[in-house]
Amino acid sequence: MKIHEYQAKEIFAAYGIPVPRERVAATPAEARSAAEELGLPVVLKAQVLVGGRGKAGGVKKAGTLAEVETVTTGILNMTIKGLKVQKVLVSEAVAVSAEYYLGITIDRAARAPVLLASAAGGVEIEEVAKNTPEKIIRTPIDPLLGLLSFQARNAGITMLKDTKLAQQFTTIAQKLYRLFIDRDCSLVEINPLVLTGNGSLLALDAKINFDDNALFRHPENESLRDLTSEEPAEMEAKQAGLSYIKLSGNVGCVVNGAGLAMATMDLIKRYGGEPANFLDVGGSSSPDKMALAMRIILSDPNVKAILVNIFGGITRCDDIAQGLLLARQQADIRVPVIARLVGTNADKACALLENSPILFANTMAEAVRLAVTKAKEAR
Amino acid sequence: MSILIDRNTRLLVQGITGRDGAFHTKMMKEYGTQVVAGVTPGKAGQEVEGVPVFDSVEQAVRATGADASIIFVPAQFAGDALLEAVFAGVKLVVCVTEGVPTLDAVRAIAVARSRGVRIVGPNCPGVISPGKAKVGIMPATAFKPGVVGVVSRSGTLTYEIAANTGEFGQSTVVGIGGDPVIGTSFIDCLKLFQDDPETRAIVIVGEIGGSDEERAAEFVKSYVTKPVFGFIAGQTAPPDKRMGHAGAIISAGSGTAAEKITAFKNAGIEVVYEPEELKDRLRTRL
Repeated sequence: MKIHEYQAKEIFAAYGIPVPRERVAATPAEARSAAEELGLPVVLKAQVLVGGRGKAGGVKKAGTLAEVETVTTGILNMTIKGLKVQKVLVSEAVAVSAEYYLGITIDRAARAPVLLASAAGGVEIEEVAKNTPEKIIRTPIDPLLGLLSFQARNAGITMLKDTKLAQQFTTIAQKLYRLFIDRDCSLVEINPLVLTGNGSLLALDAKINFDDNALFRHPENESLRDLTSEEPAEMEAKQAGLSYIKLSGNVGCVVNGAGLAMATMDLIKRYGGEPANFLDVGGSSSPDKMALAMRIILSDPNVKAILVNIFGGITRCDDIAQGLLLARQQADIRVPVIARLVGTNADKACALLENSPILFANTMAEAVRLAVTKAKEAR
Repeated sequence: MSILIDRNTRLLVQGITGRDGAFHTKMMKEYGTQVVAGVTPGKAGQEVEGVPVFDSVEQAVRATGADASIIFVPAQFAGDALLEAVFAGVKLVVCVTEGVPTLDAVRAIAVARSRGVRIVGPNCPGVISPGKAKVGIMPATAFKPGVVGVVSRSGTLTYEIAANTGEFGQSTVVGIGGDPVIGTSFIDCLKLFQDDPETRAIVIVGEIGGSDEERAAEFVKSYVTKPVFGFIAGQTAPPDKRMGHAGAIISAGSGTAAEKITAFKNAGIEVVYEPEELKDRLRTRL
């Protein structure tokens, strides 16, 4: 789960990580009064849950109150990478003498958190990692010991070349680590961490991603969720325990298991079709869940054929068949349905669907080929 | 031979009285696995499928000599269950539970490694050595005894791939799990398969996200002499969208299928693009 910069900064502040003085605004008038309170000039920053807003023109400086209003109006009318800007962060303008990067994430290979620091701040850290990996100071953290003082200090000295500043850095890094652990984050990032004109380090930007699997023990995160940034059909699916991602093709697919679902999409593409979605019906899928899956896919007008690919294990094929029958009762299925059902109770499933117009295939390849052909015929 | 589990494995089931735990205890027993104990706190003295239930893993191990555990407890309690199994001294812990918080997995795996215990998973289908033992949830019909070692991040895709090994069958199939942090990596399994005399070829089933496949490719280049085949799911996956598994996400241009396929090819791994191609490819190499 991602949260906005202004929300992340509030959490930073609660942990004692220095941030600029700032206010969030949803209208030009709110931005104006925030600027009056903070003092001019201010920086206005679009609050969207995607990267690259700077390049898109979503971060601008304003020197007068009139300018604050016009710039805010402009930013609030923007759509960045498909997401409508709903809020603007009004921030005091800070004199910056150097920009750094500081982040903590999970190193999958080391199976542990890692502290990342770099003097090449302000740009996409992934770019730095790709082009000049030597500019990133990686400090592996022992999860049983946490981030040790000497580790943070050494990273700070290497990056800042100044022991005094490294002390400030150590404090910030340790607070950031505490936050990372306390709130079950998958990423915390300060980019840039800046050195201000008066010689102190400040988090000019803030990014926090929470581990979705740990949200159950963080009810405080629910109020931070931005529902406007989520696809409604994807939300509905999620609530029912389905994993659905909408894509742009015309072959809908219902599959059990994420890996098999991806492999099915790949095969559709390989045979000249385009998948309309990713959909994993999950392990123990009931007929109701299956019927909902069909309904969600049918709500996409692009869909011209639906492929059901099930390798039954915990998932019982007869449950899937019952779900298909239920979906047919609930809605008019206007497109051909191709089913490939193997594994647990496949014979029962075939018996249930004997008199339905569903087309059967024995193998995954055969099913995909048929679905792609049917989708093409429908055009 | 096989890897990780065989006929002598003495298994205990954590969360045995739950719906999934009870069902799979039955299935594993029917397959021939020695399921010797179950654990559910507060349910000691009961029996599930003829298997005695204990309050703690420690009691179960002491009473039955169990040396492996499989975990079916809900995600909120799985981290604790993992640590309980590690502290009780079993050698192998398979965590089927999906949705375990990453930091819980990180902590449990760190402790397990310091004590020489192997964790497989979380969020995995488990391990099967066909004809010998099954410690997992996979449908038995997809597998048969043989010579191909399969290691996979997926569940049902693993069954699909295993079912396409044709007449060669499988020595052991390991589902390592789809989470960002897992106890047993591709490399761990590659090493075991390379050293297992019964295994004659290895199939790696990878997917988008992370760089486990790239590291596995490096390892194959330097260590593995047996024929290795690779399959990668998610070539059509868009970036920044989590494809079901917590670990299956392309972020900032890394973790793509194309990168992984290139890494496989550079390491001499034969890339398979459709599950059904696999048996023909095996025929040309074995």
